[in-house]
Amino acid sequence: MERQQEYVLRTVEERGIRLIRLWFTDVLGQLKSFAISPAELEGAFAEGMQFDGSSIDGFSRKQESDVLARPDASTFELLPWADHDSPTARVFCDIENLDGSPFDGDPRQVLRRNLEVARAKGFSFFAAPEMEFFYFSHGDPRRPLEPLDNGSYFDLTTADATGDLRKQTIHTLEALGIPVEYSFHEDAPSQHEIDLRYTDALTMADNVMTFRLVVRQIALANGVHATFMPKPLREVQGSGMHTHFSLFEGDTNAFHDPGNEYGLSKVGRGFIAGLLRHAPEITAVTNQWVNSYKRLVVGFEAPIHTSWARNNRSVVINVPAHKRGKGESTRIEFRAPDPACNPYLAFSVVLAAGIKGIEEGYDLPPEMLANLYDLTEEELLAEGIGTLPASLADALAAMEGSELVAAALGEHVFEWFLRNKRAEWQDYKTQVTQFELDRYFRTL
Amino acid sequence: MEPLLVFPDPVPEDVIAVLDGAGYAYRGCADEATATAREPEDGWSGAVVIATDYPETAFALCRTLRKRDVPLEPLLVVLSPEQLPDLELREDLFDDFCLLPLRAGELRRRVEHLFWRTGRGTRPELVEYGPLLLNLETYQAAIGGKPLDLTYMEYELLKFLASHPGKVFTRETLLSRVWGYEYYGGARTVDVHIRRLRAKLGEEHANLIQTVRSVGYRFGQSRWGL
Repeated sequence: MERQQEYVLRTVEERGIRLIRLWFTDVLGQLKSFAISPAELEGAFAEGMQFDGSSIDGFSRKQESDVLARPDASTFELLPWADHDSPTARVFCDIENLDGSPFDGDPRQVLRRNLEVARAKGFSFFAAPEMEFFYFSHGDPRRPLEPLDNGSYFDLTTADATGDLRKQTIHTLEALGIPVEYSFHEDAPSQHEIDLRYTDALTMADNVMTFRLVVRQIALANGVHATFMPKPLREVQGSGMHTHFSLFEGDTNAFHDPGNEYGLSKVGRGFIAGLLRHAPEITAVTNQWVNSYKRLVVGFEAPIHTSWARNNRSVVINVPAHKRGKGESTRIEFRAPDPACNPYLAFSVVLAAGIKGIEEGYDLPPEMLANLYDLTEEELLAEGIGTLPASLADALAAMEGSELVAAALGEHVFEWFLRNKRAEWQDYKTQVTQFELDRYFRTL
Repeated sequence: MEPLLVFPDPVPEDVIAVLDGAGYAYRGCADEATATAREPEDGWSGAVVIATDYPETAFALCRTLRKRDVPLEPLLVVLSPEQLPDLELREDLFDDFCLLPLRAGELRRRVEHLFWRTGRGTRPELVEYGPLLLNLETYQAAIGGKPLDLTYMEYELLKFLASHPGKVFTRETLLSRVWGYEYYGGARTVDVHIRRLRAKLGEEHANLIQTVRSVGYRFGQSRWGL
C-alpha cells in the first residue's frame, strides 16, 4: 500500500491541494471531519492523527479518550465543490487505538471485521443501495413543510428545478467516482430515488456517507433542503434504502444455481433464510430512529413481513428476476433499511445474519405468493410469517437478546447503541403530541 | 515513445510484468515477418529477444534487425546460462544480455540503461491517446486538457489500458496485471473500477473504454477496425 500513499502525496503536491479533510463516521452514522494541511499528511499515513474521541457519539470509553485517525489512501478524492483556488480533498479514515489496533467504536472497523469473517470463508460481499430522499423548500421543521414540486403559491417550483438538482447531484457523484443508475419516481411529491452501482460493501458504505453529504450539499447550494428522514410526511410513503446484496466466491456468484427452481444456490437460500430469521433482531440497526418505524407500516409499499418472494413488494426480501444466462447478477433485495441508517453497521448485521443462515444450513421458507397486505393476522400466523418490530422499543428488545448482533457489532458498539437508543425512546415516550391534544384534550 | 519489439509471441508472463511495471509499451512478434508487419511507423524503440524456447528463430531475428540500413538498437537478449556459448561470434547481434531466471529489477534496469546509452531517453514519461494524457512522472492524468482526479487504482488501471490501446483484456488479466495476483475480491472489482473510470471520464469520453461482450475490456479503437 506504500505506492498508494506515494500516489496521494504526489497528487496533493501536483494539484496544489491546500486542505485535506479526514472523514470518519460516528456510531449513529453521522459523518465527522477534521482538516489537516498537506504537510501533515505523510505523518498521518505513517502514524495516524491523534484526537480526543470523547465527544464523538459512541467513541467515549472509561479509560483513554484519545484515538488515532489513520487515512485510507485508496479513498482519497478531490472534492468537486471546493473552491477552485484552494483545492480540497477528502480521505476516509480508520480509527485506531493509540497502540495501532482497531478501535472497537469505529463503525468502519466493525464492517472491516465482519468482511474479514466472510472472507475467511471465501466470500466477498457486494452491495447496491437505492437511496430515497425528499427535497423541501426550507429546512425549518417548525414551519409547514413544502415539497418542491408540490408548492402551491410559487409556480417556479417546477419539475425543472428538481430535474436540475438531480442532474447536478449525479454529476458530482460521478466526479467522486460513485457511478449511479438513477431513477426518479413521483410516488410522493418531491421524493427522489438515486440507485448506486454495486461495489464491495466497504466502498459502498463509504459511498453512502459521501452520497448523503453530496445530496445535502447540492440542495443547500440551491437554497433548498434535502432530508433522508425515513418518514417526513404522514400521508405519503417514506424513504427507504432497499439494498441489493450478493456474495461472490472468487469470480462466481455464490447465490446462483441454474439447477434450482428459483435459481438460488444452497448459499443463497441459506443467506435469505438467515436474514429472514434474524431480521427482527437487526432492525434496530437498519432502522435506527423513532421515526424509522413510521415508515414501516401497512399501505405504503414498505415491507412489514419477514417473508421472501420474487418480485413482491410487501415482503422484506425480494429476489429480483435476472435474465436468462445472467446468473452472475443473482442477488437479493433487502427492503427494510432506511437511508438514515449507519451503512457500516447495517451492512455488518445483514452480512452476519446471512452468514449465520449459510453456516447453520437454515432451510429456506416457502416463497410467499399472495400479497401479504391482503392476509389477516391469523392467516399470516398460520403461514408462519412474522413481522418486523413495530417500534424502536420493540426493535431494541429484539436486539438486546441477540447474540448475533452482539457478535457482529462487538461489545463496545452493541452496548453503547442500546444505551443511546433507549434514551432516545425514553425522550420520545414522554412527549405529549399534537395527535393526543387533538384527540383527547376536549373530550377527556 | 514507440513500442518495444518483444520475441516470442505470446510474450512470457514475467517479462510482461516487468515491461508493464516500468510502463513500456511493447508488441509481441513471432518471427521476422511479424516484426516487419507490426513495426510502428517511426520504427521500434528497441527489442527484447528471449532466446530460450526458439534459439534459432531468435538469433535469426536478431541478425535481420541488425543488418538493416539503420541497425535496430538497443537489442537485449534473454537466455539461460546453458546458452552462454551460443553468444560466441554473435557479439554484434546484441547490446546486452540477461540470464534466466529473471531477477526482480534486473531486466528493467538493463533496458533502462540501454535506452540511456543509446540516447533514446531515460524512461517513458507520457502516455497519450486522443484527448487523454497521462504523465507517468507526476501520476497526473488529463482529458481534453482538464485534470482527471483519479484514485491510485483508477490511475493504474487507466495507465495499463492506455498503454495498450486496441487490445482486449479479460477481467482476470486486468486483475493480475493491475492489482497483482494476491488481490482478493475477484473480477467484480475490475467491473466496479471500470465503471468508476467511465464515470470520471464523463459522458463524452466514457466510450474510450469499451466493453467487449463476454470477453472483457478494450481501450480505444480495435486493432483491426477504425
